[in-house]
Amino acid sequence: MRLSRGIVALALFFVAMAAAPLFLGDYPLAILILVLFAAYLGQAWNIMMGFAGLLSLGHALYYGLGAYLSAALFAHYGISPWLGMLAGIAAAVATGSAVGALSFRFRVGGVYFALLTIAFSEFTRILFDHLHWFGSSSGLFLPVTGRAGADLVSLRGPTVMFYYLLLAATAAVLLLSRILLDRRIGYYWRAIREDEEAAQASGIDVFRYKLAAVALSAGLTAIAGVFHAFYYNNLYPETIFAMGRSIELMLPAIIGGLGTLFGPILGAFVLVGISEGLTSLTAGLGIDGLKQLLYGLVLGLVVTLQPGGLWPWIALRLGLRGAMR
Amino acid sequence: MATHKPQTLSRRRVLHAAAVGGIVLGSPAVLRLARAAEPLKIGVLLPRSGFFATAGQACQRGCDLAAQILNAQGYSVQLMNADFESSADIARTQAEKLIREGANILIGCFESGATNAMAQVCEQRGIPCIVNIGADPKITEQGYKFLFRNFPTSPMLVTNGLKAMGDLFAASGTTPKTAVLMHANDTFGQSMLGAITALGPKVGLPFTIVDTIAYDPKARDLSIEVTKAKAAHADLHMVVTRSTDAILMIREMVKQKYEPMGIVSPGSPGMYDGQFFKTLGKYSDYCITNIAWMNPKQELENMLAAEYAKAYPNEDYELNIGFSFEAILIAADAHKRAGATASSALVEALRATNIGKRVMIGGAIKFDEKGQNVDQAVAAVQNRDGKAVVILPTDVAVTKPVFPMPGWQQRT
Amino acid sequence: MLYLNIILAGLLTGAVYALMAFGLSVIYGVIRIVNFAHGEMMVIGMFAAFALYRWLHLDPIAAMPLVAAVLFLAGYALQRSLINRFVTQPEPIQFLLMIALAMVLTSTMLIVFGPNAHNVQLDYAFDSYEVGGLLFDKVRVFAAAGALVGAALLWGFFQFTRTGKAIRACADNNLGAQVVGLDVARLYGITFGLGVACVGAAGSLMLLLVDVQPYLATDYTLLAFIIVILGGLGRIGGALLGGLLVGVSEALSGFFIDPSMKSMFSYGLLILVLLLRPQGLLGRRA
Repeated sequence: MRLSRGIVALALFFVAMAAAPLFLGDYPLAILILVLFAAYLGQAWNIMMGFAGLLSLGHALYYGLGAYLSAALFAHYGISPWLGMLAGIAAAVATGSAVGALSFRFRVGGVYFALLTIAFSEFTRILFDHLHWFGSSSGLFLPVTGRAGADLVSLRGPTVMFYYLLLAATAAVLLLSRILLDRRIGYYWRAIREDEEAAQASGIDVFRYKLAAVALSAGLTAIAGVFHAFYYNNLYPETIFAMGRSIELMLPAIIGGLGTLFGPILGAFVLVGISEGLTSLTAGLGIDGLKQLLYGLVLGLVVTLQPGGLWPWIALRLGLRGAMR
Repeated sequence: MATHKPQTLSRRRVLHAAAVGGIVLGSPAVLRLARAAEPLKIGVLLPRSGFFATAGQACQRGCDLAAQILNAQGYSVQLMNADFESSADIARTQAEKLIREGANILIGCFESGATNAMAQVCEQRGIPCIVNIGADPKITEQGYKFLFRNFPTSPMLVTNGLKAMGDLFAASGTTPKTAVLMHANDTFGQSMLGAITALGPKVGLPFTIVDTIAYDPKARDLSIEVTKAKAAHADLHMVVTRSTDAILMIREMVKQKYEPMGIVSPGSPGMYDGQFFKTLGKYSDYCITNIAWMNPKQELENMLAAEYAKAYPNEDYELNIGFSFEAILIAADAHKRAGATASSALVEALRATNIGKRVMIGGAIKFDEKGQNVDQAVAAVQNRDGKAVVILPTDVAVTKPVFPMPGWQQRT
Repeated sequence: MLYLNIILAGLLTGAVYALMAFGLSVIYGVIRIVNFAHGEMMVIGMFAAFALYRWLHLDPIAAMPLVAAVLFLAGYALQRSLINRFVTQPEPIQFLLMIALAMVLTSTMLIVFGPNAHNVQLDYAFDSYEVGGLLFDKVRVFAAAGALVGAALLWGFFQFTRTGKAIRACADNNLGAQVVGLDVARLYGITFGLGVACVGAAGSLMLLLVDVQPYLATDYTLLAFIIVILGGLGRIGGALLGGLLVGVSEALSGFFIDPSMKSMFSYGLLILVLLLRPQGLLGRRA
């Protein structure tokens, strides 16, 4: 990789993010954690939709599997969340592959595929409402006491520990996406995204590469679920597997720019920024619901003005042509 | 309609009341209060929009009135309100925000996921918090050192609720042999079910539960659930409802001509909501709920009830209001005794809480080592002529219970 | 007899579900936009019927044509001004627009009507007929009848009117329709208006069965999707079949297994149909 303006800008960005906790209090840090969760998940979702053109509206499923498996293993047997994470990833990859394999085998595509992902996610939500090992609908709690300093092995620690974990994960997925896009798999994905039949005709194993996108995206999403479980310490099927979570999770990638590398990260900053800004702005007015009203209007406005996403538009103005993709 | 109107009104009232409070503070009789010159900043974290908006806005009304009434009585509190949009993730950042903006104590959150988020932030920052509503027993089992809960846990609700049922049967001279239990399958419903199964035998239930029917709390339709309950041919219909599901259930019971001896809840919302009375009319009558309730024999309660009727003539006066009022009262009282807003002083004062002049039925508000108020009594309220009235215990009862209830067609 | 009653309850509920799903089916069948604000639009219909009842004491059944007419105009205007720009955008972009719209609608309803549940008090709300041991719930019978009338009207419109035929032509072959000089933008506007009118009508009837509050919507959107997919997206008869199927399957699974798991069976059914017959039970292979 040539040391282009884009690389320098990116390096500066990550250095600034890494230094941020030194200057910021707990509240801005909590906000930045929301940004990083959104950025990371947006990137993970983007692998399926942005790169391979597969619309998933049920990513809460993989998120929840990661969260629940690691949390339950820790709560019941004291198994380290890192081992739990492996279990969570395995479960998410297996489930994602099964959903993908079934859909692709039966040629379910487009909107139908999207609805199928919702169906699996909602099915699992109601199932978990009835699984007592996972706390059923009364919730799964992680013990929060006896927390002296950061314990990286069992993921017990202060906000700043989760901040750095999420920052590292976000950087890692950015790098991974970049590498994959430059490899054969990345070209195949984009070929499938643009025209699946043409890709098939030119000898690409469409089934296999689509499955790879689903599996990778699901596995990465499960990692964020593990961080969620150990950051928030309590899980309910109603909120973890919620349809709303699946929706929230894809917004950064769409707002930032589908299929772009930096889009989801930018989108996360923009969305969380708008949300927090509107909360402060409307707090004194005492009109409940006004914030969501304005948030919806801003979202609609952005997507009407820049349906291609914000990042391509900004990158063009910053002269970062190479980073547009 | 136009719910924001009364709120702005009340805010003006609060300012007015605060001014009055200031004058009272300056008088010699309460001079020793002058030590606490600095008002207590209370962060109020509630779901005023989103799925739990109904309850969140009700709790907010209770808090607003509490600040107004208590400031006029020589306490000194200032509310900082935050809406967490019924999302636990937002609750966490809003809790951080309230503390950053100078809140000395937090109150919330109605919903247990958000309550845990608030408790964890408070624990990390060493700021006390008070749970206004929340029955999940796990909240006080997490070992939080800065958390205090006035609301009864579900085992407490159920123990007292089942005992109250025994009293009811004794008072009416009719004891059912069998019961069917219908409950919403959510956090609250599950913890109530757990408590009923665990505690039922210990309390010595006079009846056996022949069937348990769990339903989706967001159910669009309860016809099948009621058909199933009817098919169990039980004497008593026991329920754990949430809100409008109670209406769906009764409507189906009327249509399907299912007439058990009585409809009793061992401690859940739904059957005393204003909407329940308005929608069901005569069919809302005779349902019984065993729940913590406002004590009409307390002076403070009468004041709250009167002020509430004045400020919000179109809104229900129910336990969300009472418990939210008490949460502010507990904070204000601790602040008054501590004479400071520092966290350590507040926590120490909270541990020594002993408030006899309160709003809800029960002994004085005191917290055990887990931060739980253990002496929270449960009353039986029965719907009579479109109103929930206390029927038991006899010392606070307004009227006598009617059990078994008259059939649907025998009502006028 | 008990089982017959359960199946009957399922069928009646299913008919109302079907009415709600027609709108979604019509819009997707023609414009190819997935209306993720569907449930929100139905809740608006419910609130509109509620407002008419509050102010004019209009029975929701009588209010139905009025609500449908108002929502038709709103839907037409919305399509022409905003949604038409998104017809050619990729699905996620369309999806985001609809989500934003849903947020705006829900929070507007919260601000205007407050969070409390509202409903209408009718003197026949608790009536039921008993015919030879079978229990007919009066409100559901009315609602189901309304749904069938709605379906018949829609079918007639698409089968016999000029505009209806033109819309079908658009749906079958968009390019061809443009070539022969049909005003596709106007037809899309009418279609969207019709779809929204259907949901609004369904909302009026739904008010007889369920109390309205701003946060009902999401579950209904998903339910409508299950129904139209089961029957076949874009087919009116399909939505009817899907509705009845979901109604009966929920009733049976609720009775025999566990009521709190009944939606799980609907999703299970949806998964099976999507995999084995993605065009729906009545649909044609594209």
